[in-house]
Amino acid sequence: MKLEGRVWIFKDNDINTDLIYPGKYTYEPLSHIEQAAHAMEDYSPNFSQEIKKHDIIVTGDNFGCGSSREQAVTCLKYAGIDAIIASSFARLFYRNAINSALAVVECPQLVESLFEKVEKADSTRTDFSLTIDLTKGTIISESRKFSFPPWDEQAMEIFKSGGLVEFTKQKLSGQQS
Amino acid sequence: MGQTIIEKILARAAGRSQVQKGEIVFCTPHRILSHDNSAAISKIFKQIHAPAVWDPERIFIALDHAVPPPDERKALNHKIIREFVQKHNIKHFYDCGTGICHQVLPENGHVLPGTIIFGSDSHTTTHGAFGAAGIPIGRTETASVWAIGKTWLKVPETLKFVLTGNLKQGVYAKDVILFLIGQIGASGANYKSVEFSGDTVIRMSISERMTLCNLSAEMGAKAGIVAFDETTRNWLDNRVLHVHEDYEPLSADDDAEYKEIYDFNLEELGPQVACPHKVDNVVPVKNLLHTKIDVAFLGTCTNGRLDDLKIAAEIMEGKNVAPHVRFLVYPASKKVLQDALRLGYIEKLVMAGAQVAVPSCGPCLGAYGGILAPEENCISSANRNFKGRMGCKQDTGIYLASPATVAHSALAGHITAEA
Repeated sequence: MKLEGRVWIFKDNDINTDLIYPGKYTYEPLSHIEQAAHAMEDYSPNFSQEIKKHDIIVTGDNFGCGSSREQAVTCLKYAGIDAIIASSFARLFYRNAINSALAVVECPQLVESLFEKVEKADSTRTDFSLTIDLTKGTIISESRKFSFPPWDEQAMEIFKSGGLVEFTKQKLSGQQS
Repeated sequence: MGQTIIEKILARAAGRSQVQKGEIVFCTPHRILSHDNSAAISKIFKQIHAPAVWDPERIFIALDHAVPPPDERKALNHKIIREFVQKHNIKHFYDCGTGICHQVLPENGHVLPGTIIFGSDSHTTTHGAFGAAGIPIGRTETASVWAIGKTWLKVPETLKFVLTGNLKQGVYAKDVILFLIGQIGASGANYKSVEFSGDTVIRMSISERMTLCNLSAEMGAKAGIVAFDETTRNWLDNRVLHVHEDYEPLSADDDAEYKEIYDFNLEELGPQVACPHKVDNVVPVKNLLHTKIDVAFLGTCTNGRLDDLKIAAEIMEGKNVAPHVRFLVYPASKKVLQDALRLGYIEKLVMAGAQVAVPSCGPCLGAYGGILAPEENCISSANRNFKGRMGCKQDTGIYLASPATVAHSALAGHITAEA
């Protein structure tokens, strides 16, 4: 399973769920398009205009810390993000991402090498692309190869089903048959 | 090799004799908690096409995040939830005004030692105060548990805090946990479980232990737990327990294996404050000079309980809030409000200038009930100081501190922990 896309760099640690998707929208039943329009609103106001389908985010430690709000994952997915590579993720964000079938990869070495390429601690849509192979656990960035630990089997199964809704549906129909 | 508390709780919930760190296990919760997000969860539940909910007696819903609803959309959310509750015979439903889910759940005897509480709210870690594992999950995962009654968990490593010494007068559980978050950082316990122990913790009340466990979420913890003891037993003895009334507490083995053990003697600790915009940006209150505040906020699942209101009421008795300060008080539950009324705390707070509101989350999540204006600062007893958290990101600052520091600051008009 391969993903290829242009890279956004968020050169920061601890980017929290309020910065990704402000709390004031959390209890508004917003459509996919509306959610995407608010993605990264309080961190990178130009993000939702400049993002293109299949883009990939590269960021530091503890991405998605804070609230359990799932829109922090889905707003990025609906905006077009295919994968996020971080030094580490907050636990709830990581789980929510797998459950929504958004690829999340922990690879501090890759993050470090790309962080060297941008100066300020701000978000930038860069000119370079990278390729992630989820099955092999590798990332190719400017002909350099990085590896990351494979997901737990359970996480992979949910991701392959297309998310937890589909996974649970399959489980239920398995029980009934 | 011995087992930590979380290992034993997960093993029991998975129907196993023991589990290994890093292993994936499937666990059934004693309760699964959700709140206003139950409207969104019910829509996901519909997509799953489950014939019925797995167990209507184990699903707990309390409306607290937008109470009373400030607009049509949030009112409609509540309506959708009430209809869902009726349709599926959800037994434990607490409507607007009963209080914050993390307060109402234990108050009504739903949290038992040695069990798992799943919650679609990041501060579900609060329930570790009762020797349970309060484990936060997301909306989709909650819908899935409603349908099939279990989910997968990776057995985490455990960090142990051994806290010793008598706290100085004017220093509280909130100061302790802010200090610890400052020490290990916002991701210091990510993917891990935390145990709080030592004589300082043993002397703490249930309410204080709830503050510790609640804020363990802000170090990234999967669960924060205080082991069952006499304090827990006494507290539970005074509650009507629901459904599965027998409980069997669990404690860590002496030879349990910890990822890290942190020893802190807290005798010299002073009042602490988490400065904008990260919860681990913690300094002693005395380091802040002339930080003007516009709003003082007392409440939330972190510090909106009876002892918190009592501390503030005693500090404010016979005094007045600074003229430029709005002092907002949100009792954590109807029961807290009733007790505080009966004991005269509300009277003292109101006389000092407090605006007392309906038990709910209030402005903690920035959706209603006391939003900041640009360039305003707030001293808050809540749990997060992220940029924009209280509804406005333009040059606002949220400072997190104990109810005592909130009260002193409301009177002074700037941040202080002294009268």
